[in-house]
Amino acid sequence: MSKQFTLITGRTPEQGEGLHKGKGSEAYRSATTLVEMSPEDMARLGIEEGQVVRVQTVAGQVEVPVRAGALPPGLLFVPMGPAANGLIGTETEGTGMPSFKGLAAEVEPI
Amino acid sequence: MSTPAETRNQVLQKKPGFFENVVCAFCGCLCDDLVVEVEDGRVVKARRACASGRGLFTHYDPVPRQPTVDGREVEWEEAIAEAARTLDEADSPLIYGLSSTATEAQRKAVALADRLGAILDTTSSVCHSPSSLAMQAVGEPTCTLGEVRNRADLLVFWGCNPAVSHVRHFSRYSVMPKGILTSHGRKDRTVAVVDVRPTASTRVADLFLQVQPGTDFEVLTVLRALVQGKEIAIETVGGISTARLRELAERMKTCRFGVAFMGMGLTQSRGRDLNVSELFTLVAELNRYTRFSVIPMRGHGNVAGADQVLTWQSGYPFAVSFARGYPRYGPGEFSAVDVLARGEADAALILASDPVAHFPGAAAKQLERIPIIVLDPMPSLTTQVARVVLPTACYGVDAAGTAYRMDGIPIRLRPVLPSVRPTDEDVLSEIIARVGP
Repeated sequence: MSKQFTLITGRTPEQGEGLHKGKGSEAYRSATTLVEMSPEDMARLGIEEGQVVRVQTVAGQVEVPVRAGALPPGLLFVPMGPAANGLIGTETEGTGMPSFKGLAAEVEPI
Repeated sequence: MSTPAETRNQVLQKKPGFFENVVCAFCGCLCDDLVVEVEDGRVVKARRACASGRGLFTHYDPVPRQPTVDGREVEWEEAIAEAARTLDEADSPLIYGLSSTATEAQRKAVALADRLGAILDTTSSVCHSPSSLAMQAVGEPTCTLGEVRNRADLLVFWGCNPAVSHVRHFSRYSVMPKGILTSHGRKDRTVAVVDVRPTASTRVADLFLQVQPGTDFEVLTVLRALVQGKEIAIETVGGISTARLRELAERMKTCRFGVAFMGMGLTQSRGRDLNVSELFTLVAELNRYTRFSVIPMRGHGNVAGADQVLTWQSGYPFAVSFARGYPRYGPGEFSAVDVLARGEADAALILASDPVAHFPGAAAKQLERIPIIVLDPMPSLTTQVARVVLPTACYGVDAAGTAYRMDGIPIRLRPVLPSVRPTDEDVLSEIIARVGP
Protein backbone atom coordinates (compact mmCIF):
# COMPACT_ATOMS: atom_id res chain seq x y z
CA MET A 1 0.00 0.00 0.00
CA SER A 2 1.61 3.23 -1.17
CA LYS A 3 2.48 5.74 1.47
CA GLN A 4 4.19 7.98 -1.06
CA PHE A 5 2.77 11.47 -1.46
CA THR A 6 3.57 14.84 -2.98
CA LEU A 7 3.67 17.58 -0.35
CA ILE A 8 2.76 21.23 -0.87
CA THR A 9 2.79 24.00 1.75
CA GLY A 10 0.97 27.34 1.74
CA ARG A 11 -1.22 29.87 3.48
CA THR A 12 -4.56 29.21 5.16
CA PRO A 13 -7.07 31.72 6.63
CA GLU A 14 -6.50 30.23 10.11
CA GLN A 15 -2.71 30.64 9.79
CA GLY A 16 -3.24 34.27 8.72
CA GLU A 17 -5.46 35.03 11.72
CA GLY A 18 -3.22 33.10 14.10
CA LEU A 19 -0.14 35.15 13.27
CA HIS A 20 -1.90 38.36 14.37
CA LYS A 21 -2.83 36.74 17.68
CA GLY A 22 0.85 36.01 18.15
CA LYS A 23 3.07 33.21 16.95
CA GLY A 24 3.24 31.95 20.52
CA SER A 25 -0.57 31.67 20.61
CA GLU A 26 -2.51 28.42 20.59
CA ALA A 27 -4.43 29.73 17.57
CA TYR A 28 -1.21 29.95 15.52
CA ARG A 29 0.17 26.66 16.80
CA SER A 30 -2.98 24.68 16.02
CA ALA A 31 -3.42 26.42 12.63
CA THR A 32 0.08 25.45 11.50
CA THR A 33 0.43 22.03 13.13
CA LEU A 34 -1.55 19.72 10.85
CA VAL A 35 -1.48 17.89 7.56
CA GLU A 36 -4.38 17.83 5.10
CA MET A 37 -5.02 14.67 3.13
CA SER A 38 -7.73 13.54 0.72
CA PRO A 39 -10.57 11.51 2.30
CA GLU A 40 -9.75 8.73 -0.19
CA ASP A 41 -6.17 8.46 1.06
CA MET A 42 -7.34 8.58 4.68
CA ALA A 43 -9.72 5.69 4.05
CA ARG A 44 -7.06 3.78 2.12
CA LEU A 45 -4.53 4.08 4.95
CA GLY A 46 -7.14 3.68 7.71
CA ILE A 47 -6.46 7.13 9.15
CA GLU A 48 -9.12 8.94 11.18
CA GLU A 49 -9.70 12.71 11.30
CA GLY A 50 -7.42 14.14 13.99
CA GLN A 51 -5.18 11.06 14.14
CA VAL A 52 -1.48 11.92 14.53
CA VAL A 53 0.78 10.72 11.72
CA ARG A 54 4.47 11.00 10.95
CA VAL A 55 5.19 12.92 7.74
CA GLN A 56 8.70 12.44 6.40
CA THR A 57 10.71 14.01 3.59
CA VAL A 58 14.44 13.94 2.84
CA ALA A 59 14.77 17.11 4.94
CA GLY A 60 13.15 15.82 8.11
CA GLN A 61 10.02 14.55 9.78
CA VAL A 62 7.17 15.94 11.89
CA GLU A 63 4.30 14.39 13.80
CA VAL A 64 1.03 16.20 13.15
CA PRO A 65 -2.72 15.48 13.26
CA VAL A 66 -4.53 14.76 9.98
CA ARG A 67 -7.39 16.86 8.64
CA ALA A 68 -9.48 15.84 5.64
CA GLY A 69 -8.93 18.34 2.84
CA ALA A 70 -10.20 19.03 -0.67
CA LEU A 71 -7.13 17.48 -2.28
CA PRO A 72 -6.67 14.99 -5.08
CA PRO A 73 -5.41 11.58 -3.88
CA GLY A 74 -1.65 11.53 -3.48
CA LEU A 75 -1.32 15.17 -2.42
CA LEU A 76 -0.58 16.45 1.11
CA PHE A 77 -0.93 20.05 2.33
CA VAL A 78 0.79 21.51 5.42
CA PRO A 79 0.14 25.20 6.30
CA MET A 80 3.27 27.36 6.28
CA GLY A 81 4.86 27.52 9.73
CA PRO A 82 7.25 25.61 11.96
CA ALA A 83 5.84 22.14 11.16
CA ALA A 84 6.12 22.70 7.41
CA ASN A 85 9.64 24.10 7.85
CA GLY A 86 10.72 20.80 9.38
CA LEU A 87 9.95 19.12 6.05
CA ILE A 88 11.57 21.64 3.69
CA GLY A 89 15.20 21.35 2.58
CA THR A 90 17.57 24.24 1.97
CA GLU A 91 18.48 23.40 -1.66
CA THR A 92 17.46 26.35 -3.84
CA GLU A 93 18.93 25.23 -7.20
CA GLY A 94 20.68 28.56 -7.63
CA THR A 95 17.55 30.71 -7.22
CA GLY A 96 17.32 31.44 -3.48
CA MET A 97 13.98 29.62 -3.39
CA PRO A 98 13.69 26.31 -1.52
CA SER A 99 11.17 23.68 -2.69
CA PHE A 100 8.17 24.65 -0.59
CA LYS A 101 5.89 22.77 -2.98
CA GLY A 102 6.15 19.44 -4.73
CA LEU A 103 8.27 17.46 -2.27
CA ALA A 104 8.20 13.69 -2.12
CA ALA A 105 6.81 12.74 1.29
CA GLU A 106 5.84 9.59 3.14
CA VAL A 107 3.05 9.25 5.69
CA GLU A 108 3.16 6.75 8.53
CA PRO A 109 0.27 6.38 11.00
CA ILE A 110 1.59 6.37 14.58
CA MET B 1 6.62 69.59 12.09
CA SER B 2 3.65 68.37 10.13
CA THR B 3 4.43 66.05 7.21
CA PRO B 4 2.22 66.04 4.11
CA ALA B 5 0.92 62.63 5.17
CA GLU B 6 -0.14 63.89 8.55
CA THR B 7 -1.84 66.89 6.98
CA ARG B 8 -3.80 64.62 4.67
CA ASN B 9 -4.75 62.45 7.57
CA GLN B 10 -6.13 65.41 9.49
CA VAL B 11 -8.37 66.19 6.52
CA LEU B 12 -9.58 62.62 6.51
CA GLN B 13 -10.17 62.64 10.23
CA LYS B 14 -13.80 63.75 10.31
CA LYS B 15 -14.06 63.51 14.07
CA PRO B 16 -11.58 62.53 16.77
CA GLY B 17 -10.48 58.94 16.42
CA PHE B 18 -12.34 58.34 13.13
CA PHE B 19 -10.24 57.94 9.97
CA GLU B 20 -11.30 57.29 6.38
CA ASN B 21 -9.35 56.13 3.31
CA VAL B 22 -6.76 54.44 5.49
CA VAL B 23 -4.29 52.18 3.68
CA CYS B 24 -3.85 48.62 4.91
CA ALA B 25 -0.21 47.53 4.53
CA PHE B 26 -0.74 43.85 5.32
CA CYS B 27 -0.58 42.43 1.80
CA GLY B 28 0.36 43.57 -1.70
CA CYS B 29 -3.20 44.76 -2.42
CA LEU B 30 -2.61 47.86 -0.24
CA CYS B 31 -6.38 48.46 0.03
CA ASP B 32 -6.77 52.19 0.59
CA ASP B 33 -10.42 52.46 1.61
CA LEU B 34 -10.43 51.36 5.24
CA VAL B 35 -12.46 53.20 7.87
CA VAL B 36 -10.55 53.00 11.13
CA GLU B 37 -11.75 53.90 14.63
CA VAL B 38 -9.35 54.66 17.46
CA GLU B 39 -10.18 54.61 21.17
CA ASP B 40 -7.80 55.08 24.09
CA GLY B 41 -4.76 55.01 21.82
CA ARG B 42 -5.61 51.73 20.10
CA VAL B 43 -7.42 50.78 16.92
CA VAL B 44 -10.74 49.21 17.88
CA LYS B 45 -12.31 48.86 14.44
CA ALA B 46 -10.94 48.57 10.91
CA ARG B 47 -14.01 48.49 8.67
CA ARG B 48 -13.83 47.11 5.11
CA ALA B 49 -10.58 45.31 5.99
CA CYS B 50 -10.28 41.55 5.49
CA ALA B 51 -9.54 39.42 8.56
CA SER B 52 -5.78 39.66 8.00
CA GLY B 53 -5.86 43.42 7.51
CA ARG B 54 -8.13 43.90 10.51
CA GLY B 55 -5.72 41.89 12.63
CA LEU B 56 -2.81 44.12 11.62
CA PHE B 57 -4.64 47.13 13.10
CA THR B 58 -6.64 45.73 16.01
CA HIS B 59 -4.09 43.26 17.45
CA TYR B 60 -1.30 45.84 17.47
CA ASP B 61 -0.48 47.26 20.90
CA PRO B 62 1.30 50.59 20.25
CA VAL B 63 2.47 51.09 23.84
CA PRO B 64 6.25 51.61 23.66
CA ARG B 65 8.25 48.60 24.78
CA GLN B 66 11.83 48.59 25.95
CA PRO B 67 14.42 47.01 23.68
CA THR B 68 16.15 43.91 25.01
CA VAL B 69 19.68 42.56 24.87
CA ASP B 70 20.01 38.85 25.70
CA GLY B 71 16.47 39.01 27.10
CA ARG B 72 17.28 41.89 29.47
CA GLU B 73 15.37 45.18 29.10
CA VAL B 74 17.73 48.07 28.33
CA GLU B 75 17.56 51.68 27.19
CA TRP B 76 17.43 52.37 23.45
CA GLU B 77 20.93 53.85 23.49
CA GLU B 78 22.42 50.65 24.91
CA ALA B 79 20.47 48.36 22.55
CA ILE B 80 21.50 50.33 19.48
CA ALA B 81 25.13 50.39 20.62
CA GLU B 82 25.02 46.61 21.11
CA ALA B 83 23.43 46.12 17.68
CA ALA B 84 26.13 48.27 16.07
CA ARG B 85 28.92 46.45 17.95
CA THR B 86 27.56 43.02 16.92
CA LEU B 87 27.37 44.00 13.26
CA ASP B 88 30.76 45.74 13.31
CA GLU B 89 32.50 42.71 14.80
CA ALA B 90 30.99 40.30 12.24
CA ASP B 91 33.06 39.24 9.23
CA SER B 92 30.04 38.45 7.08
CA PRO B 93 26.82 40.00 8.40
CA LEU B 94 23.48 39.28 6.73
CA ILE B 95 20.69 41.85 6.51
CA TYR B 96 17.38 40.19 5.71
CA GLY B 97 13.66 40.89 5.51
CA LEU B 98 12.50 44.41 4.54
CA SER B 99 9.07 43.44 3.20
CA SER B 100 6.82 44.72 6.01
CA THR B 101 8.31 48.17 6.40
CA ALA B 102 8.29 51.42 4.45
CA THR B 103 10.58 52.21 1.52
CA GLU B 104 12.26 54.88 3.65
CA ALA B 105 13.48 52.16 6.05
CA GLN B 106 14.38 49.87 3.13
CA ARG B 107 16.70 52.59 1.81
CA LYS B 108 18.39 52.71 5.20
CA ALA B 109 18.82 48.93 5.15
CA VAL B 110 20.66 49.22 1.82
CA ALA B 111 22.82 52.01 3.24
CA LEU B 112 23.65 49.88 6.29
CA ALA B 113 24.56 46.89 4.10
CA ASP B 114 26.77 49.14 1.98
CA ARG B 115 28.48 50.56 5.07
CA LEU B 116 29.07 47.11 6.60
CA GLY B 117 30.00 45.25 3.40
CA ALA B 118 27.10 42.96 4.26
CA ILE B 119 24.95 40.50 2.33
CA LEU B 120 21.47 41.95 1.76
CA ASP B 121 18.45 39.83 0.91
CA THR B 122 14.69 40.27 1.19
CA THR B 123 11.70 37.99 1.70
CA SER B 124 11.37 38.12 -2.10
CA SER B 125 13.93 35.33 -2.18
CA VAL B 126 11.32 32.95 -0.69
CA CYS B 127 8.30 34.29 -2.59
CA HIS B 128 8.79 35.92 -5.98
CA SER B 129 12.55 35.79 -6.59
CA PRO B 130 11.86 33.35 -9.47
CA SER B 131 9.54 36.04 -10.89
CA SER B 132 12.41 38.54 -10.74
CA LEU B 133 14.68 36.05 -12.52
CA ALA B 134 11.99 35.52 -15.15
CA MET B 135 11.54 39.27 -15.55
CA GLN B 136 15.28 39.64 -16.14
CA ALA B 137 15.24 36.77 -18.66
CA VAL B 138 12.18 37.54 -20.78
CA GLY B 139 10.74 40.88 -19.60
CA GLU B 140 7.44 41.56 -17.88
CA PRO B 141 4.36 42.69 -19.83
CA THR B 142 2.64 44.47 -16.96
CA CYS B 143 -0.23 46.87 -16.22
CA THR B 144 -1.83 48.48 -13.18
CA LEU B 145 -4.68 47.11 -11.10
CA GLY B 146 -6.68 50.14 -12.24
CA GLU B 147 -6.40 48.92 -15.84
CA VAL B 148 -7.45 45.44 -14.71
CA ARG B 149 -10.48 46.81 -12.93
CA ASN B 150 -11.60 49.01 -15.80
CA ARG B 151 -10.69 46.96 -18.87
CA ALA B 152 -9.89 43.29 -18.29
CA ASP B 153 -12.48 40.78 -19.58
CA LEU B 154 -10.35 37.65 -19.07
CA LEU B 155 -8.56 36.85 -15.82
CA VAL B 156 -6.27 33.87 -15.41
CA PHE B 157 -5.10 33.02 -11.88
CA TRP B 158 -2.20 30.57 -12.09
CA GLY B 159 -0.85 28.89 -8.95
CA CYS B 160 -2.37 31.40 -6.57
CA ASN B 161 -5.30 31.48 -4.17
CA PRO B 162 -6.30 35.13 -3.69
CA ALA B 163 -9.46 34.20 -1.78
CA VAL B 164 -7.10 33.25 1.07
CA SER B 165 -3.88 35.19 0.47
CA HIS B 166 -5.26 38.50 -0.96
CA VAL B 167 -8.80 38.41 0.29
CA ARG B 168 -10.12 41.64 -1.28
CA HIS B 169 -8.33 41.25 -4.62
CA PHE B 170 -11.40 39.76 -6.32
CA SER B 171 -13.79 42.43 -5.03
CA ARG B 172 -11.60 45.53 -5.39
CA TYR B 173 -9.39 44.91 -8.40
CA SER B 174 -10.11 41.87 -10.54
CA VAL B 175 -13.25 39.68 -10.58
CA MET B 176 -16.13 41.77 -9.25
CA PRO B 177 -15.65 45.54 -9.70
CA LYS B 178 -17.62 47.51 -12.27
CA GLY B 179 -15.21 49.52 -14.41
CA ILE B 180 -15.24 51.75 -17.49
CA LEU B 181 -15.34 48.87 -19.98
CA THR B 182 -16.58 46.29 -17.49
CA SER B 183 -19.78 48.03 -16.39
CA HIS B 184 -21.53 44.77 -15.48
CA GLY B 185 -18.72 43.66 -13.18
CA ARG B 186 -18.50 39.89 -12.84
CA LYS B 187 -20.79 39.30 -15.85
CA ASP B 188 -18.32 41.06 -18.14
CA ARG B 189 -15.43 38.80 -17.18
CA THR B 190 -14.32 35.24 -17.74
CA VAL B 191 -12.26 33.80 -14.90
CA ALA B 192 -9.88 30.87 -15.30
CA VAL B 193 -7.98 29.34 -12.38
CA VAL B 194 -5.10 26.87 -12.70
CA ASP B 195 -4.11 25.03 -9.53
CA VAL B 196 -3.17 21.59 -8.25
CA ARG B 197 -6.21 21.41 -5.97
CA PRO B 198 -9.66 22.94 -5.55
CA THR B 199 -9.48 26.08 -3.39
CA ALA B 200 -11.72 28.94 -2.30
CA SER B 201 -10.50 30.74 -5.46
CA THR B 202 -11.36 27.92 -7.85
CA ARG B 203 -14.99 28.21 -6.70
CA VAL B 204 -15.34 31.56 -8.50
CA ALA B 205 -13.82 30.23 -11.73
CA ASP B 206 -15.66 29.75 -15.01
CA LEU B 207 -12.82 27.46 -16.03
CA PHE B 208 -10.81 25.43 -13.48
CA LEU B 209 -7.83 23.51 -14.78
CA GLN B 210 -6.51 21.13 -12.13
CA VAL B 211 -2.91 20.43 -13.07
CA GLN B 212 -0.74 17.70 -11.58
CA PRO B 213 1.89 19.06 -9.15
CA GLY B 214 5.17 19.99 -10.83
CA THR B 215 3.79 20.06 -14.40
CA ASP B 216 3.16 23.79 -14.87
CA PHE B 217 6.07 24.23 -17.26
CA GLU B 218 4.84 21.47 -19.55
CA VAL B 219 1.26 22.76 -19.47
CA LEU B 220 2.40 26.32 -20.23
CA THR B 221 4.60 25.11 -23.09
CA VAL B 222 1.69 23.27 -24.70
CA LEU B 223 -0.54 26.31 -24.16
CA ARG B 224 2.04 28.50 -25.93
CA ALA B 225 2.13 26.07 -28.85
CA LEU B 226 -1.68 26.07 -29.08
CA VAL B 227 -1.76 29.88 -29.03
CA GLN B 228 0.71 29.79 -31.94
CA GLY B 229 -1.65 27.46 -33.83
CA LYS B 230 0.65 24.44 -33.73
CA GLU B 231 -0.68 20.88 -33.87
CA ILE B 232 -0.31 18.96 -30.63
CA ALA B 233 0.02 15.19 -30.90
CA ILE B 234 -0.57 14.38 -27.22
CA GLU B 235 -4.08 14.25 -25.75
CA THR B 236 -3.24 15.32 -22.19
CA VAL B 237 -0.48 17.21 -20.43
CA GLY B 238 -0.15 17.59 -16.67
CA GLY B 239 -3.52 15.92 -16.25
CA ILE B 240 -5.29 18.45 -18.52
CA SER B 241 -6.76 17.46 -21.87
CA THR B 242 -5.33 19.29 -24.86
CA ALA B 243 -8.91 20.13 -25.85
CA ARG B 244 -9.43 22.12 -22.65
CA LEU B 245 -6.11 23.89 -23.12
CA ARG B 246 -7.13 24.71 -26.70
CA GLU B 247 -10.32 26.28 -25.31
CA LEU B 248 -8.24 28.41 -22.90
CA ALA B 249 -5.83 29.35 -25.71
CA GLU B 250 -8.76 30.52 -27.87
CA ARG B 251 -10.23 32.55 -25.01
CA MET B 252 -6.83 34.14 -24.44
CA LYS B 253 -6.40 35.09 -28.10
CA THR B 254 -9.92 36.44 -28.54
CA CYS B 255 -10.40 38.39 -25.31
CA ARG B 256 -10.33 42.20 -25.35
CA PHE B 257 -7.80 42.53 -22.53
CA GLY B 258 -6.50 39.57 -20.56
CA VAL B 259 -4.51 39.57 -17.34
CA ALA B 260 -2.69 36.66 -15.74
CA PHE B 261 -2.03 36.73 -12.00
CA MET B 262 0.55 34.25 -10.78
CA GLY B 263 1.67 33.04 -7.39
CA MET B 264 3.81 30.62 -5.52
CA GLY B 265 2.30 27.60 -7.20
CA LEU B 266 4.72 28.55 -9.97
CA THR B 267 7.63 30.05 -8.03
CA GLN B 268 7.95 27.36 -5.34
CA SER B 269 7.39 24.31 -7.53
CA ARG B 270 9.77 22.34 -9.73
CA GLY B 271 11.02 24.64 -12.46
CA ARG B 272 10.65 27.83 -10.38
CA ASP B 273 11.84 30.74 -12.59
CA LEU B 274 11.47 28.61 -15.73
CA ASN B 275 7.75 28.21 -14.97
CA VAL B 276 7.39 31.96 -14.59
CA SER B 277 9.49 32.68 -17.71
CA GLU B 278 7.20 30.40 -19.70
CA LEU B 279 4.10 32.25 -18.46
CA PHE B 280 5.66 35.70 -19.06
CA THR B 281 6.66 34.58 -22.59
CA LEU B 282 3.14 33.29 -23.26
CA VAL B 283 1.71 36.63 -22.15
CA ALA B 284 4.17 38.57 -24.31
CA GLU B 285 3.27 36.40 -27.33
CA LEU B 286 -0.46 36.91 -26.73
CA ASN B 287 0.10 40.60 -27.45
CA ARG B 288 0.38 39.62 -31.15
CA TYR B 289 -3.35 38.85 -31.02
CA THR B 290 -4.79 41.08 -28.28
CA ARG B 291 -3.75 42.98 -25.20
CA PHE B 292 -2.48 40.80 -22.32
CA SER B 293 -0.55 41.50 -19.11
CA VAL B 294 0.75 39.60 -16.09
CA ILE B 295 1.03 40.65 -12.44
CA PRO B 296 2.78 38.60 -9.73
CA MET B 297 0.62 38.35 -6.59
CA ARG B 298 3.00 39.96 -4.15
CA GLY B 299 2.46 38.83 -0.56
CA HIS B 300 3.75 41.22 2.07
CA GLY B 301 2.56 44.82 2.05
CA ASN B 302 5.78 46.34 0.74
CA VAL B 303 7.73 43.40 -0.65
CA ALA B 304 7.29 44.98 -4.08
CA GLY B 305 8.90 48.12 -2.61
CA ALA B 306 11.85 46.06 -1.38
CA ASP B 307 12.49 44.96 -4.99
CA GLN B 308 12.14 48.56 -6.17
CA VAL B 309 14.46 50.04 -3.55
CA LEU B 310 17.17 47.39 -3.92
CA THR B 311 17.04 47.76 -7.70
CA TRP B 312 17.30 51.52 -7.74
CA GLN B 313 19.98 51.55 -5.04
CA SER B 314 22.14 48.56 -6.03
CA GLY B 315 20.98 47.56 -9.51
CA TYR B 316 19.62 44.18 -8.34
CA PRO B 317 16.30 43.19 -6.75
CA PHE B 318 17.47 40.68 -4.08
CA ALA B 319 20.47 38.55 -3.02
CA VAL B 320 23.06 41.33 -3.14
CA SER B 321 26.50 41.25 -1.52
CA PHE B 322 28.39 44.45 -0.70
CA ALA B 323 31.39 42.49 0.67
CA ARG B 324 33.76 43.74 -2.04
CA GLY B 325 32.68 47.34 -1.64
CA TYR B 326 30.34 47.29 -4.63
CA PRO B 327 27.07 45.41 -5.18
CA ARG B 328 27.23 41.89 -6.62
CA TYR B 329 24.16 39.83 -7.50
CA GLY B 330 23.99 36.17 -6.60
CA PRO B 331 20.71 34.25 -6.33
CA GLY B 332 21.68 30.91 -4.77
CA GLU B 333 24.88 32.48 -3.44
CA PHE B 334 23.80 35.63 -1.58
CA SER B 335 20.18 34.60 -0.93
CA ALA B 336 19.47 34.18 2.77
CA VAL B 337 18.49 30.50 2.87
CA ASP B 338 21.68 29.54 1.00
CA VAL B 339 23.88 31.83 3.11
CA LEU B 340 22.46 30.38 6.34
CA ALA B 341 22.47 26.77 5.14
CA ARG B 342 26.19 27.08 4.34
CA GLY B 343 26.89 28.77 7.68
CA GLU B 344 28.43 31.80 5.97
CA ALA B 345 26.79 34.60 7.98
CA ASP B 346 28.24 35.20 11.43
CA ALA B 347 25.64 37.81 12.48
CA ALA B 348 22.32 39.00 11.09
CA LEU B 349 20.00 41.97 11.24
CA ILE B 350 16.39 40.97 10.55
CA LEU B 351 14.13 43.84 9.52
CA ALA B 352 10.32 43.46 9.56
CA SER B 353 10.12 39.75 8.87
CA ASP B 354 10.08 36.41 10.68
CA PRO B 355 12.46 33.97 9.00
CA VAL B 356 12.46 31.57 11.95
CA ALA B 357 8.75 31.01 11.25
CA HIS B 358 9.13 30.68 7.49
CA PHE B 359 12.56 29.34 6.54
CA PRO B 360 13.42 25.67 6.05
CA GLY B 361 14.28 24.13 9.41
CA ALA B 362 18.05 23.95 8.88
CA ALA B 363 18.26 27.62 7.81
CA ALA B 364 16.04 28.75 10.70
CA LYS B 365 18.22 26.74 13.10
CA GLN B 366 21.31 28.62 11.94
CA LEU B 367 19.68 31.89 13.06
CA GLU B 368 19.74 30.47 16.60
CA ARG B 369 23.51 29.90 16.41
CA ILE B 370 24.58 33.41 15.39
CA PRO B 371 23.89 36.72 17.12
CA ILE B 372 20.88 38.37 15.52
CA ILE B 373 19.30 41.79 15.83
CA VAL B 374 15.58 42.12 15.08
CA LEU B 375 13.53 45.23 14.31
CA ASP B 376 9.87 44.28 14.63
CA PRO B 377 6.74 45.92 16.08
CA MET B 378 5.50 42.57 17.36
CA PRO B 379 7.03 39.57 19.11
CA SER B 380 7.76 36.75 16.64
CA LEU B 381 9.52 33.41 16.52
CA THR B 382 12.62 35.32 15.36
CA THR B 383 12.52 37.82 18.26
CA GLN B 384 12.45 34.79 20.59
CA VAL B 385 15.95 33.78 19.51
CA ALA B 386 17.35 37.30 18.96
CA ARG B 387 20.21 38.77 20.92
CA VAL B 388 18.95 42.33 20.40
CA VAL B 389 15.24 43.10 19.98
CA LEU B 390 14.27 46.61 18.86
CA PRO B 391 10.45 47.07 19.12
CA THR B 392 9.77 49.69 16.47
CA ALA B 393 6.57 51.36 15.22
CA CYS B 394 4.24 49.54 12.82
CA TYR B 395 4.17 51.00 9.32
CA GLY B 396 0.77 52.25 8.29
CA VAL B 397 -0.55 52.10 11.86
CA ASP B 398 1.70 54.40 13.90
CA ALA B 399 4.40 55.15 11.32
CA ALA B 400 4.16 57.00 8.00
CA GLY B 401 5.99 56.00 4.85
CA THR B 402 5.59 54.74 1.31
CA ALA B 403 4.70 51.23 0.14
CA TYR B 404 4.49 49.73 -3.37
CA ARG B 405 1.37 47.86 -4.38
CA MET B 406 1.77 44.54 -6.25
CA ASP B 407 1.44 46.41 -9.58
CA GLY B 408 4.31 48.78 -8.72
CA ILE B 409 2.17 51.75 -7.71
CA PRO B 410 3.63 53.64 -4.72
CA ILE B 411 1.05 54.53 -2.08
CA ARG B 412 1.53 56.82 0.91
CA LEU B 413 0.77 55.24 4.26
CA ARG B 414 -1.10 57.51 6.67
CA PRO B 415 -0.76 56.47 10.30
CA VAL B 416 -3.88 56.54 12.47
CA LEU B 417 -2.05 56.52 15.80
CA PRO B 418 0.48 59.08 17.02
CA SER B 419 4.05 57.87 16.55
CA VAL B 420 5.43 57.18 20.01
CA ARG B 421 7.77 54.34 19.16
CA PRO B 422 10.84 54.98 16.99
CA THR B 423 10.40 53.90 13.36
CA ASP B 424 12.56 51.35 11.55
CA GLU B 425 14.05 54.26 9.62
CA ASP B 426 14.98 56.08 12.86
CA VAL B 427 16.64 53.01 14.40
CA LEU B 428 18.54 52.04 11.25
CA SER B 429 19.81 55.62 10.96
CA GLU B 430 21.13 55.39 14.52
CA ILE B 431 22.85 52.07 13.81
CA ILE B 432 24.40 53.42 10.58
CA ALA B 433 25.83 56.35 12.54
CA ARG B 434 27.64 53.92 14.85
CA VAL B 435 29.11 51.35 12.43
CA GLY B 436 31.71 51.12 9.74
CA PRO B 437 34.74 53.12 8.81
